[in-house]
Formats: sequence, C-alpha cells, structure tokens
Amino acid sequence: MTLEFIGISVLWLFLFGYVIVASVDFGAGFFNAYSLFRGNQHILTKIIQRYLSPVWEVTNVFLVFFFVGIIGFFPKTAYYYGTSLLVPASIAIVLLAIRGAYYAFTTYGGLKHKRYTYLYGLTGLVIPASLSIVLTISEGGFVTETASGIELDYWALFTSRLTWSIVVLSLTSVLYISAVFLTWYANKAQDKSATELLRKYALTWSVPLIVTATGIIVELKDHNPEHYSRLMDLWWLFAISFLLFAGTVYLVSKRKSYGMAFGLLTGQFFVAFFAYGISHYPYLLYPYLSIYDSFTNEAMAIALIIAFLGGLGLLLPSLYLLLRLFLFNKDYVQGKKNDHA
Amino acid sequence: MGNEQSIFFSRVLTELTLSFHIIYATIGVGIPLMILIAQWLGIKKQDEHYILLARRWTRGFVITVAVGVVTGTAIGLQLSLLWPSFMELAGNVISLPLFMEVFAFFFEAIFLGIYLYTWDRFENQKKHLLLLIPVAVGASASSVFITMVNAFMNAPQGFDLVNGQLVNINPILAMFNPAMPTKVAHVVATAYMTSAFVLASIGAFRLLKGSNHIYHKKALFLTMKIGLIFSIATAIIGDFSGKYLAEYQPEKLAAAEWHFETHEGAPLMLYGVLDDGEVKYALKIPYALSILAHGNPNSEVIGLNEFPEDEVPPFYIHYLFDTMVTIGMWMAALSLLYVLGVWLKWSFIHTRWFRWLIVLGGPLSMLAIELGWWFAEVGRQPWILRGYMKVEDAATTSGQVDLMLVLFAGLYLLLAIGSTYVLTRMFRKNTVEQELADRELEKEGEFR
Ligand code: HDD
Ligand code: HEM
Ligand code: HEM
Repeated sequence: MTLEFIGISVLWLFLFGYVIVASVDFGAGFFNAYSLFRGNQHILTKIIQRYLSPVWEVTNVFLVFFFVGIIGFFPKTAYYYGTSLLVPASIAIVLLAIRGAYYAFTTYGGLKHKRYTYLYGLTGLVIPASLSIVLTISEGGFVTETASGIELDYWALFTSRLTWSIVVLSLTSVLYISAVFLTWYANKAQDKSATELLRKYALTWSVPLIVTATGIIVELKDHNPEHYSRLMDLWWLFAISFLLFAGTVYLVSKRKSYGMAFGLLTGQFFVAFFAYGISHYPYLLYPYLSIYDSFTNEAMAIALIIAFLGGLGLLLPSLYLLLRLFLFNKDYVQGKKNDHA
Repeated sequence: MGNEQSIFFSRVLTELTLSFHIIYATIGVGIPLMILIAQWLGIKKQDEHYILLARRWTRGFVITVAVGVVTGTAIGLQLSLLWPSFMELAGNVISLPLFMEVFAFFFEAIFLGIYLYTWDRFENQKKHLLLLIPVAVGASASSVFITMVNAFMNAPQGFDLVNGQLVNINPILAMFNPAMPTKVAHVVATAYMTSAFVLASIGAFRLLKGSNHIYHKKALFLTMKIGLIFSIATAIIGDFSGKYLAEYQPEKLAAAEWHFETHEGAPLMLYGVLDDGEVKYALKIPYALSILAHGNPNSEVIGLNEFPEDEVPPFYIHYLFDTMVTIGMWMAALSLLYVLGVWLKWSFIHTRWFRWLIVLGGPLSMLAIELGWWFAEVGRQPWILRGYMKVEDAATTSGQVDLMLVLFAGLYLLLAIGSTYVLTRMFRKNTVEQELADRELEKEGEFR
C-alpha cells in the first residue's frame, strides 16, 4: 500500500463520517421546521434536541479534519481548490456559521423564534447542496487553468445537469439518513408518536434517494465517460449497496429492529461512498490533480500518519464514552436525565 | 478587479477574521482553566458558591465556544481560499501541528459535550471535575499547535528551497522553530490572563450594580489572584519574546522601537511621534532597549539601516507594541494592589472608582491581545513567510474577494450582536441570588 493511498483512505473515511453525522444534524433541523409548519412540532423537538445537544461541535470537527487533512496530505489541493472555490466555499462557511451559532444560542442560551426555526431548517438543505458542489467540480470540466491562474466557470457549473443531480442526491441522502437514524433514536426513547412520524419520513425518502442515486450514474456517462466506465467496473459494489438499502427499507417498513436498519444504512452508504471514491481514483480534480502528483513529501506523510494513529488512539475511546453516556444511555435518551449545566 | 486589489482585500479579510476569532479563541483557551480552578476549590472547600461559579461560567462559555468554533472553521478554510500559494507551501512543511490541532479540537469538543450534560449525574463530584481536564487540555493544546504554525511563519526552518523546489523537509524541525518557545508561552499565558480579567470585570460590575453578595466577592478575589499570576508571567515571557526578536527578527524590534541606526547602549523610546525620521515627545529611557534586547545595557542592537527599504515593517507598530506593554504593566499593578489590599485590608479597593478600574481591565486585556497580534503580524510585513515568500505573491488571484469581505463582515456583526445579546440575557434573567435560593429550596425538598 502506498502512502498516497493511506492518505486518501484516511481522508475519505473521515469525510464519510462527516456525511453521516452531519446528515443526521441537517435533516433533523429540516424535519423540525417541517413539523412546526405542520403544527406537530411537539412530537419531534425534544427527540431532536436531546440527540444533537452534546454532539454538534463534534460534527463540525469532522469537517475541519477533512479540510485540514487534505492540505496536509495533498498540499496542491490548497492551490487548485483554494483558488477556484472562493465563492462557493465562503457561502457554505457563512451558512454553517450562522447555523452553528444559532443552534448554540437557542439550545444553550434559551433564545427562541419561530421564524428562525424555519431558517434553520432551510440551511440544513442549502449547506449540503453547496458542499456537494465540490464533488461536482472534482469531476472536471468546470475548472480551467490559464496563464493568469485557476478559473471556475460558474455558468457551465450552474447549467450542468450533473450539478443539479448531485445537489438533489445530497438532499435526498440527508433526509433519508436523518429519518432512519431518528426513527431508531425515537424508538429507543420509547416515544411512539415520534417513531411513527419519523418512520413515515424514512420510507417516504427512500424512493427519491434510490432514484437520484441511479440518476447520477446516468449523468456521469455524458459528463465524464472515463469515470463512468470505472464506475461500471465496480457494479458489484453498487449491487451490494442496493441490497443493504433494501434491507433497511424492509426492516423499517416491518417496524423491526431499527438499530439494525440504521446499521445496514451505514453499510449501504459506506459501500457506495467507497465505490464512488475508488472509481474517482486517482484524480482529486480531473484532470489536473491526481493523488500522486499532488502528494506531500515522504517525511511529512509519515509524520502525519503517525500523528493520525496517535490521535485516533485518543479519539476512539473518547467517542465511545460520548456514545455510551448519551446515545446508549437509557435514562438520558428517554429524557429522564438531563443534567445540563 | 486587479491583483493589487485581490491582495488588499485578502489582507483585510484575514485581519478581520483573525481579529474576530481571537477574541473568542482567547476566552476559549482561558475559561476552561478558570472553571477547573473554581470547581476544584468548590469541591475541596465544600463551598456551593464556587461550584455555582463554575456552573455559571460554563453556561456562558458554551456560547463563546460556539462562536469560536464557527469563526475558527471560517479562518481554517479562508487560509486556503485567500492564500492558496502560501498554504500549498505550508501544507508541505508545517501541516503537522495543524493536523494535530484537529485532534485537540476533537478532544475538547467531545469532553465539553459530556461535561456539559453530566452536571449532577455523578455521585462523586470529582468524577465530573475529571471530565473537564480534557476540555482544558484540548483548548490549550489547540492554541499551542496553531501558534506553532504562526511561529513558523516568523522563523521558518525545517526545509530548503533549491531552485524553487522544497527539499530536505523535516516537519519536527519546522514545528520547533526558534520563535516557538516564546510565542507559544506568551500566547497561552496571555489567554489565561485575559480570561481571568474578563471574569473579574464581570464580578466587579455586578458588585457595582448593587449586588453585594459574597458570591461576587469570592469570584472577584479568585480571578484577580489568577490574573495577577498570569500577568506577571506575561511580562516575563514578553521580555523573552523581545530577546527572541532581537536575535531572529531584528527588523521587527527595530521598527517597533524606532531604532534606526545600529549602535550600542540603545535607549528605549516610549510613545512619542515620528516627524521626518525624528522621534519627538518620546519618553526616553537610557540603555533600556539594550536591556530588553540582550539583557545587557551596553550590548549592540541592530537598527533599520541594515535592511533594504522594502523589507522594513510599517512604523506604526511602535504604538501597538507600547500600548500592549503598558496594558500589561498596568494590569499587573492593578491586580497586585487589589490582592495586597484584600490581605492587608486596605479600604480603597472597595471604592467605586477602583471597581470601575477592574471592570475596565477585561476589555483592556482583550485590547492588548488584539494589539499584540497586530504587532506580531504587521511587524512581519512584507513577508508572509519571513525571508521566503512575500504577502503579495501568496494571495489568491480570484476577483471576488471584496464581495466576500462584505459577506463575512456581515456575518461577524451578526455573531457579535447575537452572542452579546444571548449572554447578557442569560445572566440577567437568572441572577445569582435567584439561583442560590432555588438550590437551597431544592435541597430541602420544597422545590417542585
Ligand atoms: C493580554 C495581552 C498581552 C499583554 C498584556 C502583553 N502581550 Fe505581548 N503579545 C500578546 C499579548 C500580550 C499576544 C497577543 O499573545 C502576542 C501576539 C503574537 C504573539 O506571539 O503573542 C504578543 C506578542 C509580543 C511580542 C512579539 C513576539 C513575536 O512577534 O514573535 C513581544 C516582543 C511581546 N509581546 C512582548 C510583551 C511585553 C514585554 C509585555 C509586557 C508586559 C507584553 N508583551 C504584554
Ligand atoms: C490562523 C489561525 C487559526 C486557525 C486556522 C484556527 C482554526 C480554528 C478552527 C478550525 C476552529 C474550530 C474547531 C472546531 O470545530 O471545534 C477553531 C477553534 C478554536 N481556536 Fe482557532 N484558529 C486560529 C487561531 C487561533 C489562535 C491564535 C488560538 C489561541 C490563542 C485559537 C484557539 C482556538 C480555540 C481554543 C478553539 C476552540 C473553540 C473555543 O474554545 O473557542 N485559534 N480554530
Ligand atoms: C489569532 C491570532 C492572529 C491574529 C489576530 C492575526 C492577525 C493578523 C493581522 C492583523 C494580519 C494582517 C497583517 C497586514 O496585512 O499588515 C495578519 C496576516 C496574516 N496572518 Fe495572522 N494573526 C493571527 C494568527 C495567525 C496564525 C496562527 C496564522 C497561520 C496559521 C496566521 C496567518 C496569517 C496570514 C496568512 C496573513 C496574511 C498575510 C499578511 O498580510 O501578513 N495568522 N494576521
């Protein structure tokens, strides 16, 4: 295994972690706003806040890990993506900042406003959409290198069908992941009405999810045939992913072991995410940057990997403690204990 | 927009983001230590007041952390967006501490979540206190790591540049550069000092506003003691920072001190104005610059005449430096008077004007943090990586930086207003007296 490969695997793994935990967060905000709109907010709010409160900062660090890590392992990305992403990334940062701060202000500071709940819910959709643009750009065709620097062609980007299908996929995934997770959580909290409501959302979003996911593959055929053919070589991974998806939907519709259902969902996204990643290999930005020509020097790579292993040794037990105290703690989940400062 | 303008706006945006982040970051580094001390005292003395102090500080702390986290995320991404060429180089040589910082964030974030939601969960209060240690360690560690990166920008080492190619990279050497020891120590000490004085100002303010509760008096005395210790540490380490500058960045020290010609037995100029290259109205302390620079009144201090004109930092950093040092000395003196006053029962420390001076101390210390950073960063000009890369060669070529500046300025305004509003509301609505009374009732079983 080459150092480049280790580097990209580590980053991809943390990006996957961010996709899952952030989806739960983003989707929760949206469902909360939607239920306020429908007038049944009391059902969801407690469940959602109980889960999110202790973890929102951790979610953010997953993102920070990814962008700091990619500059460490693949410094050239700082130059290419840094120059081309100024506007989209800035917008995403501002939205993330408002969302995070607003969450803290309301949850810990006791500030409440109906209008903001809607806004908060909406940012939960806009942020994943704007972040997903990075994936679109990485497919190539939107960024060109000229004598004066790197240019992003906004017109081509916003008129491309690929862009919009990736945006829609990011939205359906967020809502689906979030709904399945929260169904499980609500069930653990023995909150019947919340479980039923979320279960309905989960089933509703499963169909659009699978349709849009298939749609991307079709879009890629036109946009980047090389990538498309590599995707096709990995058809069996997507088949596994689909089976896992079917398993989740089956369990949720039969009201059986929601925990297992969420486990299968994680598996489904994991397999699909890695299959996509492998087919993207070796490009970070098609065709300018591959993981080989943008890789850092060997001394730094080894130092980073050692730091990573050390950090992981610290991180895993702490994360386990966090989950044990909140996610797997009956009294906390059921709202019998709060103990907030 | 021409490239000149991209550079200009990139600088302004970086200055704005960092100057805003540093306010919350400093509080984020210092407050966990204060909470730790208060809670520990509370458990040791079995004193409800200290426990409540820790609890109320924690509540305020979560709000400031939130703003620290989101603005930190902004600056982290912005560094790549605004200075892509610099970050490409930095990624190759100094990304190790940056990467380790992320683990410090993880550590802090995880345990903060746990700490926050486990008040009263444990029979043994000490267990809960233990959970705070990783929060404090994580917060301080993140400031240590990020300051290492900044130190590297001032005293780069650990690589060679051969024909524009980076070779012989040594990440460890880059991390432990000559600027690192003084810079890290000074940043951490000033964060503790500032946090203590900010909390002291709140205590003094409540006392001024009519509450005469012993709770506030305990809070004030505790924070002033901590502030005293760290302001002395700050001054001592600051002196070492000056010696570092004399050795490794003489142009920064010379510009800060308006020291134009290399000579021995250099005097220190305090304040004053610069008129056609002449220093006027300054307070001149003979030999003091030589002492600050080398600890010896007769030593030689390098002047600006040794540097090409386009590599000399702007002269206004003199005021930044002098004001920072003045604030440092002032706060050390003020807290010393207060602590001695409590021990020796001087009555003037309880007067209104003295309390107002303490109230002023928090904002003043924060001002010193800002001044210190502006001094350190502007004093590095025109370099972004001293001796290797100039600011003008590092900036993005994108033409939309001005728009982004407006966008972020709006964001920071919103965050500043929001966090101030939430914090004042939180403590107004739930006063100490009220909360202490509630707790008593709760204990006696009459509550709820
Ligand atoms: C509460 C804030 C505060 C106070 C009271 C002081 N400082 Fe400071 N100073 C800082 C906050 C600060 C800082 C924000 O932490 C800086 C900016 C960058 C850095 O490394 O630390 C800094 C930088 C800084 C530098 C430049 C280091 C460099 O560029 O590498 C010097 C020489 C001093 N300080 C010296 C002093 C002295 C002699 C003080 C006398 C009491 C003093 N400082 C008080
Ligand atoms: C260019 C400089 C800086 C960058 C790129 C940066 C980056 C960041 C990032 C990405 C976060 C969010 C982490 C999270 O999600 O939890 C953050 C928060 C934080 N930063 Fe900064 N930072 C910088 C300067 C500083 C400095 C100079 C200090 C200390 C003196 C500092 C101390 C902190 C602390 C303690 C936090 C945690 C949040 C809090 O407790 O308030 N940062 N920073
Ligand atoms: C958090 C405390 C910090 C503050 C308040 C701060 C402040 C500033 C200021 C005022 C400037 C503008 C100088 C000028 O344009 O004349 C600047 C520049 C800059 N700083 Fe810092 N800085 C901090 C820490 C850092 C750290 C830790 C890093 C790197 C990791 C960093 C990277 C930069 C860069 C890239 C520039 C732009 C180039 C320049 O104009 O010099 N800063 N900073």
